[in-house]
Amino acid sequence: MTAATITPSAGARPLADTLTMLRRNLLRAVRYPGLTSFTVGIPIVLLLLFVFVFGGALGAGVVPGVTPGAEGRAAYLAYITPAILLFAVVGAAQSVAITAAMDATSGIMARFRTMAIAPGSVLGGPVLGTVIQAVVAVVIVLGLSVALGYRPGAGPLGWLALLGLVVVVAFATSWLCVAMGLAAKSVETASNTPMLLTALPFLGSGFVPVETMPAAVRWFAEYQPFTPIIETTRALLTGTAPDASTTVLALGWCLLLGAVGYAWSRALYRRERA
Amino acid sequence: MPGTSPAIEIRGLRKSFGDQTVLDGVDLTVAAGTITALLGPNGAGKTTTVGVLSTLLRPDAGTVRVAGHDVVGAPEAVRAAIGVTGQMSAVDDLLTGVENLRLMASLHHLGKRAGRQRVDALLEQFGIADAARKPVATWSGGMRRKLDLAMTLVGSPSVVFLDEPTTGLDPRSRRTLWDEVTALAAAGTTILLTTQYLEEADRLAHRVAVLDRGRIVADGTPADLKATHDAGTLDDVFLRLTEPSTEASAGASASAQSATTTEEVAR
Ligand SMILES: Nc1ncnc2c1ncn2[C@@H]1O[C@H](COP(=O)(O)OP(=O)(O)O)[C@@H](O)[C@H]1O
Ligand SMILES: [Mg+2]
Repeated sequence: MTAATITPSAGARPLADTLTMLRRNLLRAVRYPGLTSFTVGIPIVLLLLFVFVFGGALGAGVVPGVTPGAEGRAAYLAYITPAILLFAVVGAAQSVAITAAMDATSGIMARFRTMAIAPGSVLGGPVLGTVIQAVVAVVIVLGLSVALGYRPGAGPLGWLALLGLVVVVAFATSWLCVAMGLAAKSVETASNTPMLLTALPFLGSGFVPVETMPAAVRWFAEYQPFTPIIETTRALLTGTAPDASTTVLALGWCLLLGAVGYAWSRALYRRERA
Repeated sequence: MPGTSPAIEIRGLRKSFGDQTVLDGVDLTVAAGTITALLGPNGAGKTTTVGVLSTLLRPDAGTVRVAGHDVVGAPEAVRAAIGVTGQMSAVDDLLTGVENLRLMASLHHLGKRAGRQRVDALLEQFGIADAARKPVATWSGGMRRKLDLAMTLVGSPSVVFLDEPTTGLDPRSRRTLWDEVTALAAAGTTILLTTQYLEEADRLAHRVAVLDRGRIVADGTPADLKATHDAGTLDDVFLRLTEPSTEASAGASASAQSATTTEEVAR
């Protein structure tokens, strides 16, 4: 044996290890494209459904002065694109719960836990992979929306800010979903808790104005994290300056969700498993 | 590696799950560069012991040192020194054999060239080079087990834990693994393995420790154990030392557990 000839440098190197785990994650995504296609497929189906089935009527309902039919569809496409984009981000995040649960229930995570690797690297690789998948999903869905006639008014700075926001939201929700995946008893149940997260873009101002909702739902819609996130996205896409307090609230929510997800994931990683 | 101090030192190790006491004061010392077999009936606590040694489980009481480091006080130092092949398969099914091994090489920071050389050498050594570029999901149970062990060795660990490494393997694969384990120890690596096959312990191990009802009930060379218990084979020693009542009470869960293990390995 060559035990004496190769001396690996002992101990963790967080950055290098995170990139190694990212590479593994992307390789798995390529080998098992079903999950990724599903992640991009659902928002595409939703966009088509909402625009072509509901859009004609709903567009006239949510945008003042718009007539039902083709004009309504165009107006509704513009109205829901921000929420659909964020739904795509959360959908991507949801898939990392499944990835994390697959690793935790197979022996491979136990192997990583016996090696000198930081928990942040083992779990951070999949999180970064998910951020990349979320950005790709957003680009595809936005491309479809533009192909259907949507015309965003964002300038170069607006696009940059939008990319930044998408990355921040993806990062925060992915950490939360990693924790939810680790907390799950099986791969089959791993996406149950994150489902609550994917429902949030619907329970806000993304698809209909909150003023049309009953009091209790409206209260929730006004105060839940995705309302300021969607409103900031909407402003960036249309090219108007986003309201400062709304932006701060959106970023604050992301910071909180991400911090909770990160701390929870780390704690679950070292938890004793049966 | 500190040449004279023991590679593994377990003193008064206790571990419970809920109100079930699994390890009830285990003492074991393993000298560097030796092979020790940990025997015991199903449910005796072998996997739990390996779990504590490999920092996956926290001891409730006692001191446990591996490669000179305390598993509670310095788990990172322990992790840097050990390699573990658990009872459960720990390979990435979606990746190929080469990709699995290169993943380990990267995580051990071997560098591109040295990493590739190490991976190629291990593929040859374990006779899995032919299938190396196919996804592991398509491999046989025996080949997966060899890959599992090869992955454990990428970082050239000084202490290696093998939890039932040959369960469910065909005789030829078993022989390959035995040869590798013997060669590893000859090169100075310390090995603690658990097994259900007493023949395996007899052939492979310098020392055998029998775990029963949470304690080590016998500990010595295979020849010593046979002599002191006036037995012809390790089977007889084992039967004389371990409580039949343990088997009866743990029987149901134990057979379920070994069934999953075989399935896991055979998949
Ligand atoms: N994480 C756990 N939670 C609860 N009980 C456990 C856990 N791990 C092991 N046990 C129990 O501890 C006992 C010893 O298990 P184990 O160490 O796997 O035995 P062996 O490997 O010798 O067959 C068994 O009764 C098993 O059910
Ligand atoms: Mg076991």
